[in-house]
Amino acid sequence: MTELLRLATAGSVDDGKSTLIGRLLYDAKGIFEDQLEAIRRSSEQRGNPETDLALLTDGLRAEREQGITIDVAYRYFATPKRKFIIADTPGHTEYTRNMVTGASNAHVSLILIDARKGVIEQTRRHAFLSSMLGVPHMVLCVNKMDLVDWDQARYEQIKSDFMEFAARLNVHDITFIPISALRGDNVVQRSENMWWYDGSPLLNHLESVYIGSDENFIDPRFPVQYVIRSQTPENPDFRGYAGTVASGVLRPGDELLVMPSGTTSRIASIATADGEVAEAFPPMAVVITLEDDIAVSRGDILCRPNNRPSVAHDLEATVCWMDDRSSLSEGKSYFLKHSTRTVRASAQTLQYRLDVNGLHRDEGATELQLNEIGRVSFHCTEPLLVDDYTTNRTTGSFIIIDPATNATVGAGVIRVIATTHASPNVVRHGGRLTRADRAAALGVQGATILFTGLSGAGKSTLAAGVEEAFVRSGRPAFLLDGDNLRHGLNGDLGFSDRDRTENVRRAGEVARMFAEAGTLALIALICPFEEDRRLIRALHDEANLPYAEVFVNTTLEECERRDPKGLYARARAGQLPGFTGIDSTYEMPNNPDLTLGADSGSLPEQVARVVELLEMFAR
Amino acid sequence: MVSDSGEQAGMPGAGSGRYRLSHLGALEAQSIHIFREVAAEFERPVLLFSGGKDSIVMLHLAKKAFWPAPVPFPVLHIDTGRNFDEVLEFRDRHAAALGVRLSVARVQDDIDAGRTLEDTSPGATRNRLQTPTLLRAIAEGRHDAVFGGARRDEEKARAKERIFSFRDQYGQWDPKNQRPELWNIYNARHHKGEHIRVFPLSNWTELDVWHYIRAEGIDVPPIYFAHRRQVFQRDGMLMGVTEHLGPAEDEQVFEAMVRFRTVGDADCTGCVESMAETIDLVIGEVAGTRLTERGATRADDRISEAGMEDRKREGYF
Ligand SMILES: Nc1nc2c(ncn2[C@@H]2O[C@H](COP(=O)(O)OP(=O)(O)O)[C@@H](O)[C@H]2O)c(=O)[nH]1
Repeated sequence: MTELLRLATAGSVDDGKSTLIGRLLYDAKGIFEDQLEAIRRSSEQRGNPETDLALLTDGLRAEREQGITIDVAYRYFATPKRKFIIADTPGHTEYTRNMVTGASNAHVSLILIDARKGVIEQTRRHAFLSSMLGVPHMVLCVNKMDLVDWDQARYEQIKSDFMEFAARLNVHDITFIPISALRGDNVVQRSENMWWYDGSPLLNHLESVYIGSDENFIDPRFPVQYVIRSQTPENPDFRGYAGTVASGVLRPGDELLVMPSGTTSRIASIATADGEVAEAFPPMAVVITLEDDIAVSRGDILCRPNNRPSVAHDLEATVCWMDDRSSLSEGKSYFLKHSTRTVRASAQTLQYRLDVNGLHRDEGATELQLNEIGRVSFHCTEPLLVDDYTTNRTTGSFIIIDPATNATVGAGVIRVIATTHASPNVVRHGGRLTRADRAAALGVQGATILFTGLSGAGKSTLAAGVEEAFVRSGRPAFLLDGDNLRHGLNGDLGFSDRDRTENVRRAGEVARMFAEAGTLALIALICPFEEDRRLIRALHDEANLPYAEVFVNTTLEECERRDPKGLYARARAGQLPGFTGIDSTYEMPNNPDLTLGADSGSLPEQVARVVELLEMFAR
Repeated sequence: MVSDSGEQAGMPGAGSGRYRLSHLGALEAQSIHIFREVAAEFERPVLLFSGGKDSIVMLHLAKKAFWPAPVPFPVLHIDTGRNFDEVLEFRDRHAAALGVRLSVARVQDDIDAGRTLEDTSPGATRNRLQTPTLLRAIAEGRHDAVFGGARRDEEKARAKERIFSFRDQYGQWDPKNQRPELWNIYNARHHKGEHIRVFPLSNWTELDVWHYIRAEGIDVPPIYFAHRRQVFQRDGMLMGVTEHLGPAEDEQVFEAMVRFRTVGDADCTGCVESMAETIDLVIGEVAGTRLTERGATRADDRISEAGMEDRKREGYF
């Protein structure tokens, strides 16, 4: 089965992006003779004896005249394994808009670096935008290796420069490939000049990068697009809800909650023109019929009673402004189109504007202009049904439409911080101290580490080791142990999924306060669900606090053998229903910052690894 | 090892590889999403239907998008008066079979009424004349959304066009001022008199279209398959002899096995020599070909490198 892979490319002018795409298309036979002939002629007219493969991807006339690419162009090519859609976006600073557009749907973001120039501001910008748009995989092509004598040391230097920056991004799959787009080295064919590189050539990598888990298959969300009614003889009384599955897996018989009305029903069938299906998953376009006759219309979202989006009048979003004729400023009113619902909204506050690398915040900014990015709070006249963008690209995104011109003037990715239901009358009080003031005066900087793993994996032991190492060297650290928390703060919570999530949320909130205060907070918690771990991470990302996830990877077998508290034995005997690893799942962390297991050395060695990780933050 | 204990614990994620669509399935899903979005957000959509393979596939997708209800909009053909008879016959039969309402806007009517001026010099085609007729039909039908079967792989100007492509009140496209298009959110807003051209096949290639035709068992006009025909050479292309087009004095007519890769006007659409009498053979040929379908067989696109962009600005398909 051939799969579809969407690729977004970015690179500064002259990094060789067009040449690389031309080369991919040419070598993968995505170019036709007449196209090649046309660019051969154009190259000659420009006095270029060699065929300039870059001309292939230049589109419109104005661009040909200016000699630069200025808009997103789409290219197609296929190999027996995959069909590729390339969103080719130009890399100038001014064209953030296009890059964001191209990255919005991409599985892979391909960034070019000129080996002579190394990591430059543009590289960081591209990487930051990919991360902001949630592109799951990133490939860094270090190009023009021919011009640096195929030097491995140069390549390694660029790699480590980039990784230092990338530590702050939310991208977990990063691959580096040294190439020469012009000569074709490591593009389709393995390079003989760079014998020292043992990874795959680019095309090979693109054919094999695993995208099967890029979609969210956990949280069912079905935005209703269109209501289909039919009264044909074969279907005398058909009423179905058409839409595209945004996330999760739906099956006939599933209990559904209709948002925002709050009514519930069950899926009677999942219909398609080709017949009924047993399950629907993203991005399938299907028609759902319900067992009960209830009111459902476009703009509603079908989800599960215990797993639902937030209902939000007030939204927090990172916005990219895309219009050159207007700017976003506080108090202005817009339409937001979110999934299948369009509402009126006003921009309440521009909290800050981000610099091009996404690293520094300008809190004094009063407007966002073309290609600028910032954090904006909106107030909507009708509520939207939203999820955090990092968990759901469909229910976590929207476009901003100017009500006067109807132009698409911006795009936003939604941040839903926590599942709290704070009363609208609760306002945050800010003291006069900033974090920087505090750090300067006290000489400490806080951070949080989550140790996750099965019961008995050794989380608490390891966390306590780190705590001790820190405190003995005069640095504040504090262990928040899951068991201990349950005796106090979380004493009212049981072990239902809901209570477990609340348990985690409280631990995360407390850790965040410790970190804010300048202490290293160490959370030792089974924390079996990826979603909960994402929540803690989001809490910290939101506050811009350093955060790491350490996966204490001890096998179930080994934990059960240790069974320090005799819990496994009781669980096996059926006395502890819902015990993680026995009759409740432990979801493996997708992208832990550090994994430690039986083969990671002695306890002091493992403690040292964690301390090392922390030292990276400090840099 | 972890993976062992993971399986014991019935971890999700391990099996999520099974939730995958083939690339044709993903393309189909995207097109269906687009059809539904248009039906929900516009009042009077119309689908341009020529009887060519792309518009046939488009209509097939529309049918699937609204199943079991009928397609909730009519289809429109811009008849240049130079179409292949086989294609016109197919058009009528196909529309009737699917139960969609077909209306036809004729270029000849605009010429007769003096609204467009026909270029009668030798070798002139009516290709460009379609634009005023199309815009008239859109205005008369008060259509606010017009589905077209264009694909981005066809040529350079199209590679940049949006799926929802805004047209001003004169039907014109402004390539420098296109709306950004992100995720699968489409901006349908427009003022009265303006309209949106919608291209549900944007991300399909010629090969995808053929694979899909085969997979779905879709019927297409016979001229797409190899058949014997009287032809002659002109400007490096093979042209079929029809009532609309004959050879000039110095052009030799001969018989050959040919097929058409696109079905434009008979007087400007060339054919290729081919033995591909079945769909499998056509797919083999398309997969192996080294010429784009337009470059190979469309005289109208050869005018200049920027030919298509100019026509699109004016409101062409
Ligand atoms: N020596 C060398 N030159 C390259 C390589 N890749 C691209 N170039 C040249 O760099 C210039 C800019 O390339 P182009 O593809 O137009 O860059 P773009 O602006 O990123 O699209 C052209 O002159 C290319 O021939 C490479 O791998 N090695």
